[in-house]
Amino acid sequence: MLRQLFKIQRVGLVTEAVVRDDAFELLGEEARRAIGRRFAGSLAIRQLDAGSCNGCELEIHALNNAYHDIERFGIHFVASPRHADLLLVTGPVSRHMEAALRRTYDAMPEPKLVLAAGACAVDGGEFGVSYASCGAVSNVIPVDGVIPGCPPTPWALLNGLLALVGRRESQPTRPL
Amino acid sequence: MNGADATYELRVAFKQAGVRMRIHRRSRLTPACEIGIRPPHWANASRAARAAGYRFSALWAEERGHSLLLTALLERAGEYVALRTRARIAAPSVPSISKEFPAADRPERHARDLLGLEFEGHPDPRRWTRHQAWGASEYPLRRRFPVIGAAAAGPTPPDLGYPCVAAQGAGVFEIPVGPVHAGIIEPGHFRFQAVGEDILNLEERLGYVHKGIEKIAEGRDPDGLARLAGRISGDSAVAHAWAACMAMERAAGVLPPPRGLALRAVLAERERVINHLWDIAAICNDVAFGFAYYQLGRLVEDWRRLNAAVFGHRLMLDVVVPGGLSTPLAGDAASRIVDQCAVTRREFESIWSILQENASLHDRLAATGVLAPQDAGDLGAVGFVGRASGHDFDVRRDAPYAPYDALEMNVPCLAFGDVAARARIRHDEILVSLDLIERLLASVPDGAVRNDFIVPRGESEGLGIVDGWRGEIVTFVRFAADGRIARFFPRDPSWLTWPALERLIHGNIVPDFPVCNKSVNGSYSGQDL
Repeated sequence: MLRQLFKIQRVGLVTEAVVRDDAFELLGEEARRAIGRRFAGSLAIRQLDAGSCNGCELEIHALNNAYHDIERFGIHFVASPRHADLLLVTGPVSRHMEAALRRTYDAMPEPKLVLAAGACAVDGGEFGVSYASCGAVSNVIPVDGVIPGCPPTPWALLNGLLALVGRRESQPTRPL
Repeated sequence: MNGADATYELRVAFKQAGVRMRIHRRSRLTPACEIGIRPPHWANASRAARAAGYRFSALWAEERGHSLLLTALLERAGEYVALRTRARIAAPSVPSISKEFPAADRPERHARDLLGLEFEGHPDPRRWTRHQAWGASEYPLRRRFPVIGAAAAGPTPPDLGYPCVAAQGAGVFEIPVGPVHAGIIEPGHFRFQAVGEDILNLEERLGYVHKGIEKIAEGRDPDGLARLAGRISGDSAVAHAWAACMAMERAAGVLPPPRGLALRAVLAERERVINHLWDIAAICNDVAFGFAYYQLGRLVEDWRRLNAAVFGHRLMLDVVVPGGLSTPLAGDAASRIVDQCAVTRREFESIWSILQENASLHDRLAATGVLAPQDAGDLGAVGFVGRASGHDFDVRRDAPYAPYDALEMNVPCLAFGDVAARARIRHDEILVSLDLIERLLASVPDGAVRNDFIVPRGESEGLGIVDGWRGEIVTFVRFAADGRIARFFPRDPSWLTWPALERLIHGNIVPDFPVCNKSVNGSYSGQDL
């Protein structure tokens, strides 16, 4: 137990190192203010893999690591769509996940936002539209914003979140 | 490579079993020895191979003229044999080998769903990869099936009618979980039968992220196929791209330069270290030990950042390309990688020793989710799942490919088969990989990292077999006469480890399912294709 505490003390707060990463920190602060304005300081995200290769999920996980720690900006992931302000969808929508995606969307309370993250979610990416894939998320449910990248980096994800929640009025868009 | 001699015993066994066969003097599937089997002898051949101690590795089919060509890849002591048979497309049917090789169960159902090849005597007639996106008499991998599918399909209904195994009796209840899970993970359905907290049975229902990878590969050029392969399972971007490129390179007779091969191994070992670190972190997190999650997650982020700095991508996507690598290792990159190995070894060992001392962590991981060596052998489990249950097969050591053929390496193996053993194997493999990276970079050859990839003239086929961080990956590629891809089949190791989860969960409680699942960490995308 003592060694565990020593380790924690010796490593210290690596999150602080990121404070020097101006871009991420500035973005985060901006996001925190926007979330404070629009979501009473707390943005609840339900993430849904609708057919991704799992690459996007790895980078979404990285948002929660000690370097990025996006909870400090008021952003957190929830288990149920009923608790979510925003649905973060990855992957081309596989036809086998089409109904599950619609149901997850329907389960969210209004008002709700949908963010399509990653090249596949944006326009079908490497997989496109086929007998097995619906392609872009906007082909299945209304989408409010997109984050390109294969996969988007943690920085790009935070930037995309900010671009969406920072807007006072959001109009659903269908990128395809 | 003298495949014919290595299979001497098998050929004798086949003769004794009355199996009529045709040995190909020049195998088109090196390193495997290719043996053609007459369809009526297919089941006999599989029984003889099983009795001779062969392990099931992969099974795939393809449309060839007026017949379906079926290939079953088996392995023993590092020697591969590819058994092949044909079925007339008018009434395509072959005997099932799932009774001899339980690991062939899902691959056979996959081949049936996508190509319409019937497997006589298969113990489980239910569909596997097919849900409701196409009909029972439609076969997406047939030539005539359009890649876009049936016109004006409309929304795809949910797959409600799948007949899961049911249980009844006083106090027995079912817990359906998924496809949408509570965390940031891939979708799939789990059906538990339980009494109180004790799990009686677990059934997996996968296929939710089936993206038609085999179909959309058709007609691609080599670069396009490598890009697709990198996205079969995002955590195995390097390993899958390597297997696909190896298959294409063997088909085309192209060899990457020595520097390119050495650096591919550096990439693959980095991928192994990152995923193992992250898995240990997640295993600890699933039993609420946040310390390990954050400390190891920090190391993972360090490695991803160096990936971005050195290879231009945090997950090393699109770095392995046909003919070699897309980026040279320039400037001080090699020394930065070596320095990171030293730092990581020190940090990781200090964190690991804290984990070892933690009694409550030990209490949750030890004797949890035990996969008996016998079960692991029957299921043909590979990678760290097999190695934690007494089966130490490792392609890098047992069927070595460049640059591993010139490297001595130690393959960790344990026999306990519990979650703690699967974590321990990852720990040991991380140390081996750090050592391998240092040795590879200490003697990395100079020169180019990529040779021109010359598309083969005329039809050709090739097999790529590499050891990804989950274990043996097998990839089959066929080029059409126009130099485009005619067939692509990537077999992720998850095909061989998902069934192990159904087995090892027996005798455990429902709340331990997440940690058991994480300790196996099968890829949904890699198995659903």
